[in-house]
Amino acid sequence: MPDERRGFLTKLLAMVCGGAAVVPPVAAGLWAFLDPLSRRSGAARFMPVTELSAVPDDGIPRQFAVISDRVDAWTGFAAEPIGAVYLRREKGSDMVEALSATCPHAGCFVEMADANRCFRCPCHNSAFTLDGGIVHPSPSPRPMDGLECRVGKNGQVEVKFEKFRAGIADKVATA
Amino acid sequence: MSRHTDQAAKTALKKGPLGQLADFFDDRTGFRAVVHEALYERVPGGARWRYVWGSTLVFAFMTQLITGLFLWASYSASAQTAWESVYYIQHEMTGGWLLRGIHHFMAQAMVVLLALHLLQVVIDGAYRAPREVNFWLGLILMMLVLGMALTGYLLPWDQKGYWATIVATNLAGIVPVLGPSIQQLVIGGNEYGHHTLTRFFAIHAGFLPGALIVMLVVHLTLFRKHGLHAKQPITKPDAMFWPDQVLKDAVAMLAVMAVVLGVILMPALKAMLAGEPIDPGHLGAELGAPADPSLPYAAARPEWYFLFLFQFLKVFEGWGATGEFLGAIVVPGLIMGVMFLMPIIGRWNLGHRFNVVFTLGILAGAGLLTALALNEDYYALWIDKAALADAERLYDETGGDEEKLAAAVGNDPAGIAAMKKQWHTLEKVRRSEAFLAASRQAKVDAARAIELAGRPERIPAAGMLELVRSDPLMQGPLLFAQHCASCHAHVDPLAPDAAAQFATASAANLFEFGGASWARGLLDPEQVGGPAYYGNTAHKEDDMVSYVTGDMTDADTWSQEQIEAVIAALAAEAGRPDPLSHPDLIAEGRKLIADGDRCGSCHRFGDNEMDLGTAPDLTGWGSREWLVGIINDPTHERFYGDTNDRMPSFGVAKEGGAPMLNSQQVGLLADWLRETWYRPASHVAGH
Repeated sequence: MPDERRGFLTKLLAMVCGGAAVVPPVAAGLWAFLDPLSRRSGAARFMPVTELSAVPDDGIPRQFAVISDRVDAWTGFAAEPIGAVYLRREKGSDMVEALSATCPHAGCFVEMADANRCFRCPCHNSAFTLDGGIVHPSPSPRPMDGLECRVGKNGQVEVKFEKFRAGIADKVATA
Repeated sequence: MSRHTDQAAKTALKKGPLGQLADFFDDRTGFRAVVHEALYERVPGGARWRYVWGSTLVFAFMTQLITGLFLWASYSASAQTAWESVYYIQHEMTGGWLLRGIHHFMAQAMVVLLALHLLQVVIDGAYRAPREVNFWLGLILMMLVLGMALTGYLLPWDQKGYWATIVATNLAGIVPVLGPSIQQLVIGGNEYGHHTLTRFFAIHAGFLPGALIVMLVVHLTLFRKHGLHAKQPITKPDAMFWPDQVLKDAVAMLAVMAVVLGVILMPALKAMLAGEPIDPGHLGAELGAPADPSLPYAAARPEWYFLFLFQFLKVFEGWGATGEFLGAIVVPGLIMGVMFLMPIIGRWNLGHRFNVVFTLGILAGAGLLTALALNEDYYALWIDKAALADAERLYDETGGDEEKLAAAVGNDPAGIAAMKKQWHTLEKVRRSEAFLAASRQAKVDAARAIELAGRPERIPAAGMLELVRSDPLMQGPLLFAQHCASCHAHVDPLAPDAAAQFATASAANLFEFGGASWARGLLDPEQVGGPAYYGNTAHKEDDMVSYVTGDMTDADTWSQEQIEAVIAALAAEAGRPDPLSHPDLIAEGRKLIADGDRCGSCHRFGDNEMDLGTAPDLTGWGSREWLVGIINDPTHERFYGDTNDRMPSFGVAKEGGAPMLNSQQVGLLADWLRETWYRPASHVAGH
């Protein structure tokens, strides 16, 4: 075998062996690090939030905590507040509208403002009407996120508590 | 003995043992050459103050490395231990406040020094050939430092870090294609929790500093390779790095450290001069209330050096999703892109000028945006709100309706325009007031959380949030506002706006319910039918009101002493006796309450044989058990029975459903109304 070719093979082998030795730790690390990508929240389900009588029929939204069991990696929590929704009922109506309290702009917590005339996000001033519509001009790319809501026979208000991606024009549920 | 060894022996004798040891190691490592190389760098034109910025940055980074490692030795990254361990560092460990304070404020100093270093490099044109690569390395170093600042903000897991991180990670999520995956990877899943902390901590204390050290070594090696970029013209003779420039660098480092220490210790100095006690736990970096995903935090703001980015998002108001994408990704990306191109742009004379103007423009723009952000938040502090009184009244009357406004100002276009301008100012003031109120509340919550964490029982294993959520003082007002305040007031009758609050309430004022002052008002003929008691309820004309305004005003039936005895007895039933009340007076009061010709003619009290159902049972009136009972079910025969006005049965579940309030929430309300919550033995914590 000519020296030159032998030299090339040696170099190639050295690089391949050395490279192969480093691959497992890096790959194992990345494999574990990428774990969250394979995690899904699971399908959103209806959760009892309050009673119909607790939502006054005056068209003004009220904030309610959503209580649910929750798992954070290795810790399980029983019946914990996991977020909040606004519920609103028109005069004389038995229908309840539900809005997520999370701002669709960047994810802050939207609050009632201006003596209950509108919603406003305390972070970047996105403003919304009481039914969640956008008040222009607004930094928010879309209206507040409506949530599916139903009233059970026993007067229990149930909300399908979902989270949506912030900062985009479309309402897309997070994975 | 050869001549060689002879000479070595002679030298050894001259050098002494330390010199010999140095020789031993130098022979084997060559360290003297390395040290010489490091220290005897030629500085063209001599040492100058303008060369110190890079060194102060290295010093700041070293400070972060040292303090960060020691913080690491006490920090625990998980949703139940992060806040708790930071609390322990800040408030319990000796010197923890100083360690954390230095780390916190040196991070801020580092951002300032970065800006200065960058500005100087650009102005001096030090990015030109052959230093292009080193300039790029510098920009990467800058991004690494900003990345550490961003990730470090979350680690205490307090409200402000939590909510700021939500915004930052949501912005990462709008990066096209990869955004959602990046977001999921950094927060470690779909929800913020343990793995958000472990990942942010690994990024903050491992990945980024590791990368930074590698880059810094290359940055400094290249710096040495190219030599210092001397400021022209050179008028003075060259000097050596050691000791001339090192002295100037060291003085600058000391100055940076002095500023950082000054910021930390300033409040202590102020307290000392005012003769107030100093609590070291409150020096240095602050610690907010523990992160709570279900609790709004209207004071959420990034650290001041990121405020310009925060404010920049508002610039694109009305641009929708495009605006946010532009503000958060495209424009900052383009700016960084231009900076990376600076060495190439700078090859032309005009290009260099462009670079200088561009950098100054960016810094000025960032400064302006920061000022705008601060002005928006603190606007209410420097505006005279009295001048807006008319505008405010008109706004509240018209509800901001344009037609009503036109009618109110007589359809005068100039008047409408002027009023709209005032309304705009008013809106800014109100927004600012909301922010300031939220900031104040955040301080109150933080102080309370810290007070609770210092209880002798310590923090429970479930973490600080559980303790916060089971504290009547913190949860009571929230529960009351949500479930009770639409009818009941809770205001000190002596407060300036008490009358206004009573007028809008449709049920009794519950301030100090169960205490003697509340009972005294109830038995006051002037008040019992008023808005603070039964005035706005269905019981306005009931027997209780007519009895207090009738029989009890007859001095022959009820002497003042007897009324006082009943008040004392009621307060004692509630477990809130006036310490000045004599036991005999309380006993006398109990007899009067039970008396079938007096209170006992309607009220059950103990075993007075009055039937339940006509009026609330006064046995244990206002006690925790009694309050829990009435909140759970006021329609129970023990309370108002079927004469209950409008109060919901909060604790009674309808078939198949859950009650409006669970037993813990009802207990929290009762405890808050009774003002029974944890109080530290001494308000000045001594550590």
